[in-house]
Amino acid sequence: MNVSSEGLELAAVTKTYGNTVAVDAISLRIPQASYVCLLGPSGCGKSSTLRMVAGHEDVTSGDIILNGTNITHLSPTQRGTAMMFQNYALFPHLTVAENVAFSLKMKGTGKSERLSSANRTLELVDMTALAERLPAQLSGGQQQRVALARALITDPAMLLLDEPLSALDPFLRLRMRTELKRFQRDLGISFLHVTHSQDEALALADIIIVMNEGVIEQIGSASDVFNMPRTPFVARFMGGHNVLAGPQGSFALRSDKVTITAKPSRAKTALQATISDIEYLGTAFSVAAKTDHGDDVLVTVPDTDFAASPVEIGQTVHLQWAASDAHPLSSQVSAHS
Amino acid sequence: MGAGPFRFQRDIVAASHRSNTTIGWLLASPLAIVLVLFLVLPIVMIVVVSFWGATEFSIYPAFQLDNYEFLFASPVTYTVFLNTLMYTVITWACCLLIGFTVAYFLAFHVHSLTWQIALFLLCTIPFWTSNIIRMISWVPFLGRNGIANQSLIGMGVVNEPVEWLLFSDFAVILAFVHLYALFMVVPIFNTMMRIDRSLLEAARDAGASGFQTLTNIIIPLTTPGIMIGSIFVVTLVMGDFITVRFMSGSQSANVGRLISNDVALLQYPSAAATSVVLLLTVLIVIGIMLRFVNIRKEL
Repeated sequence: MNVSSEGLELAAVTKTYGNTVAVDAISLRIPQASYVCLLGPSGCGKSSTLRMVAGHEDVTSGDIILNGTNITHLSPTQRGTAMMFQNYALFPHLTVAENVAFSLKMKGTGKSERLSSANRTLELVDMTALAERLPAQLSGGQQQRVALARALITDPAMLLLDEPLSALDPFLRLRMRTELKRFQRDLGISFLHVTHSQDEALALADIIIVMNEGVIEQIGSASDVFNMPRTPFVARFMGGHNVLAGPQGSFALRSDKVTITAKPSRAKTALQATISDIEYLGTAFSVAAKTDHGDDVLVTVPDTDFAASPVEIGQTVHLQWAASDAHPLSSQVSAHS
Repeated sequence: MGAGPFRFQRDIVAASHRSNTTIGWLLASPLAIVLVLFLVLPIVMIVVVSFWGATEFSIYPAFQLDNYEFLFASPVTYTVFLNTLMYTVITWACCLLIGFTVAYFLAFHVHSLTWQIALFLLCTIPFWTSNIIRMISWVPFLGRNGIANQSLIGMGVVNEPVEWLLFSDFAVILAFVHLYALFMVVPIFNTMMRIDRSLLEAARDAGASGFQTLTNIIIPLTTPGIMIGSIFVVTLVMGDFITVRFMSGSQSANVGRLISNDVALLQYPSAAATSVVLLLTVLIVIGIMLRFVNIRKEL
């Protein structure tokens, strides 16, 4: 088996429901042992893609290949994938240990053997103390760890996570995010994580796949996707960018690369604009300005800079940036690079 | 000076506590009155009357155990109670099988909500006619020259009419199942609809076959509904008398018929004693069922 067949490959995978195309012939390749985030707004086809990889949704056409095996028509267990569900889908009538041991029970493993195996997996997620509890007696974070243990007990080649953090409160979300990344590093398997939160994707992913309306808008490393968005959609969806029309087509401009000044310097590109809104963000101010062409531009000003030269709503100013910070965008949607 | 506003506030709190208690009692009273008037009092009356005495033509207040002594001394009582239990167990088993299957089909195989509602309403349509009519409609079907026998003879399955189709225990149980299967469908369907569909996917993801999902996930999560349906069916069948009379052609008896015969003969004390024993039997049966399943979380 050659190296290139390791990992996950999707070849023109399509999913249609009646006349609606949920996923439109997407192709991608994910190397082994990487943390991949499928990112997009709701209804963009990211969940359908994940569920097709998991085997919970039939593929209308195309092929899914995992580690050199075509798994398109295999059952979920035959694929070597395991799924962690959005609300964890823990069996409410079974204890934590029984939940984790469930797949072994289905295989016909004896009771003592499967429970000791479950205990070992629970150790991994630091949940052995609560093995006899029912899911309803656990907090959200604990439930997530149990769900993780239940998915990991099958020794999957790839873990599929469907919005795993969306059920948690913001503080716990950050903590569990760190834990997920740590588990992925320690286990050395691929995680395919569906999310609609760009923060989550940036923090976790080795590779981000941005989807919109059933197609892939961009695939790349987190910093590539953030710093070099390919399309206006990606630039807007990742946030922190202004999409502006220039002489050579539209371009993206990070809001923290724009400065507000009374006298523009000649070395930089500048636009005249009127301040329309100011928001305090803690470490910075977000200033909205309307250019003379009618474009809205967001500028992130560090709080010290803002204190040094404050602006007011209605004030006319110059916005300027280095030409190298303006990143040209393509309007075509095709992610093959 | 400092105590003034504090005491004032405390008075307000106390007053609102008082009025809250009053409002609570007022809110609870309509249901309490209805229950006392129409449930507790009649049962107390029956218990009281069960100790009264009776002659051929009169009943008189007393406190004597004659009715119970007669009841427990008579072999008929035991036969009839056993017969009632047999009807109950067989009807319950059939209703459970049919009810679970129908509910399972509706909940997991019908995917559109519109169809679910339509098919569910279809199940309830027979309930728009009275029990008696639905029961009697079996007579021309099952009778000696009924549709069933004519078809069987026409198909050459039998040469002469099958006698046990009507006016038999078979007919009684058939009618019971027909009348009460829906009482099993509804609560089971209700609990099944509350099962999170992702649990079934999680089971499939863990390698469970359809049958394993059924036995490991669906049945355990449906037991509260099964229990509620079972309580309905058991109480209805054990308390019934008219179905047994019609469908057995007065050839079989259950406890309900025992009571109704006593009432027809104006032997109220004896009827009351039988009722009390029947009530206790039903309560014991339900008590046993509730030992197995906690239905509280379902209510």
